Amino acid sequence: MNGVEGYMYPNEITLYWSVLIVLYPYITGLVAGAFILASLERVFRVEAVKPTYRLALLTALAFLLVAPLPLVLHLGHPFRSPEMYFTPHSTSAMAMFGYVYLWYLMAVLVLEIWLDYRRDIVLLSQSSKGLLRFVYKVMTLGSSNISPRSLAIDDRVGWIVTLIGIPSAFLLHGYVGFIFGSVKANPWWSSPLMPVVFIFSAMVSGIAGVMLLYMAISKLRKQVIDMRCVDSIAMYLFYIFIIDFSLEMLDLVHRIYEANESFNSLNFMVHTQLYFSQIVLQIGLGTITPLALLFLTQVVKLPEIARKYMYVLSGSLALIGVLAMRWNVVIGGQLFSKSFLGYTTYKMSLVTREGLLVAIFLTLLPLVFLWVLIKLLPPWPEKSAHAAAD
Amino acid sequence: MSVFKDAGHLFRFAGLFVLAFLIFLVVRHYIVPKSFGQYGHYRGASIGEIAARPVKFAGHETCETCHSDEAAKKSSGKHAHVNCEACHGALASHADDPSIMPVLPDTAVLCARCHTASAAKPKGFPQVDPASHYPGTPCNTCHQPHSPGMDAGGAK
Ligand code: HEC
Ligand code: HEC
Ligand code: HEC
Ligand code: HEC
Repeated sequence: MNGVEGYMYPNEITLYWSVLIVLYPYITGLVAGAFILASLERVFRVEAVKPTYRLALLTALAFLLVAPLPLVLHLGHPFRSPEMYFTPHSTSAMAMFGYVYLWYLMAVLVLEIWLDYRRDIVLLSQSSKGLLRFVYKVMTLGSSNISPRSLAIDDRVGWIVTLIGIPSAFLLHGYVGFIFGSVKANPWWSSPLMPVVFIFSAMVSGIAGVMLLYMAISKLRKQVIDMRCVDSIAMYLFYIFIIDFSLEMLDLVHRIYEANESFNSLNFMVHTQLYFSQIVLQIGLGTITPLALLFLTQVVKLPEIARKYMYVLSGSLALIGVLAMRWNVVIGGQLFSKSFLGYTTYKMSLVTREGLLVAIFLTLLPLVFLWVLIKLLPPWPEKSAHAAAD
Repeated sequence: MSVFKDAGHLFRFAGLFVLAFLIFLVVRHYIVPKSFGQYGHYRGASIGEIAARPVKFAGHETCETCHSDEAAKKSSGKHAHVNCEACHGALASHADDPSIMPVLPDTAVLCARCHTASAAKPKGFPQVDPASHYPGTPCNTCHQPHSPGMDAGGAK
């Protein structure tokens, strides 16, 4: 049979979970990671990363809005998806996701952004004109109270929301790992370490993503990059990356040492079909290289420009590495037969509903959303102050 | 009371949540079918709807009342436990009205469906590779479908 080596059960020959299912944990991972970076500033009061606080929140929101799209596009009957809310089955982890998602979107992200921006929204609703004025007016929910007292309350409540938000972000992304980790018939997925690895790789991708976005947007706005901020983000990225890497290696070593009945089959797969995406991309280029670069920036005193380039390079590599990890989990888990006797291949289509073009579109869409959000809710409070000073 | 005044916007936000939840409940009330959950996690009325559909399979006991020859032959052979309609397809329409004559199955397709060799089948199950086991000759040239073993003397 085409693309099949050895023996596959008939229902294993074509892959049902396509590149869109690769994208989905990637996008939710960026959400969780960006949010956790924002929480750093809020809960642990890390002043240095403050310039990225609002940007991180908006990034999280932009990506979260796109997160369900790959899933909906993957469904054969997308219009049935709301039934997950109306008649959820309590024993289905996937059905529970709908609620986790809504909770995270509304009770955490939107609420936190609203509280943080309320003062700006009220001011904007007074200064802007036309349709925009109406939009801001709606966003104030009809309350223009920005007395110091009310803002202090907002701050307090926002802090609590962030505190609740951290476990929620873990839940949102841990859940994605849980879905894979609990498939006991699939030895490539079935591991209680899966949710933990997913969360840490999510933090890596989210932090790297916001760092890159911050640098890129500063460049576009012709503003100086706050190096103190980028330096400390890079430091967090480095630490989280080490934890992530150790966990992934722990998982790997454990599999090799345990060498259960699936081992030969998986080992063969990693050395053939997954060699490029797992060994070269995920581990070599996507993890060890950026780790080494970040390590250098931590121990050697490098000039600013060199640090910038190294951050951009290691951030981009980290993003590629995490994407490769999602690919290896989702696609890798479907390439081998559960009989351990054969392998199939994944052929990505180009223009179909679940093809490459749609995947690229869905990767870019959050950036468009982010652009709109930034226009609507400028994350730089210093702007007016700067303008006044210049 | 000024705490409440200064936290007023929070109540508005909370109100939005309550409103959304109420709308959800109303929509849910109209969208979820009345009989949902009556017996389990499905629409109870669907049982009646399914039961009302026309029956497609007659069951081998029905076939045997008219085709006792085939039944007798089959019961002594290797296909004793394979049901008539597993090979002939659903034939309730024919059983109700024998003037509707069924199409006889094409053995090249039918027999291969169950007997094509595959590593997933139990070792003891008789399997052949149709590409090398007398290809091109219909199976029933040598095997009698109702009693396929070679000891049954081959085709009639
Ligand atoms: C009410 C009696 C009756 C029942 C019940 C019945 N049949 Fe028949 N069947 C007939 C008659 C009569 C013929 C035509 C006999 C003939 O022409 O030799 C026939 C013919 C057939 C033929 C041969 C068609 C052909 O081209 O030679 C097949 C196959 C067949 N029946 C299968 C079945 C199966 C399977 C069932 C059970 C689902 C079944 N029958 C139930 C009466 C019945
Ligand atoms: C293993 C598959 C199989 C099963 C089980 C089976 N049949 Fe058949 N049957 C066939 C095939 C194949 C033919 C066509 C033979 C031919 O073309 O010569 C056939 C032909 C017939 C015929 C036409 C007369 C004939 O002998 O050619 C009748 C009647 C019939 N079957 C009835 C039955 C009844 C009744 C049962 C259940 C007791 C039954 N069959 C079970 C495969 C099967
Ligand atoms: C619905 C599945 C099914 C279909 C269709 C089917 N068979 Fe079978 N066949 C069986 C089963 C089940 C047995 C019994 C296996 C056992 O004894 O363990 C069997 C047994 C046999 C045997 C006996 C092998 C032995 O050990 O002597 C032969 C030969 C055979 N089938 C040939 C055929 C032919 C020829 C056809 C097409 C007319 C056919 N079968 C269609 C299921 C099927
Ligand atoms: C030319 C005659 C001939 C034809 C045509 C033929 N067979 Fe056979 N078949 C035999 C003989 C003889 C045996 C027993 C000896 C053997 O195992 O080769 C047999 C054995 C079998 C067995 C039992 C194998 C076992 O391991 O016990 C199966 C199953 C079978 N045939 C299926 C088929 C199917 C399906 C077709 C049609 C695609 C078919 N046969 C066509 C002659 C034939």
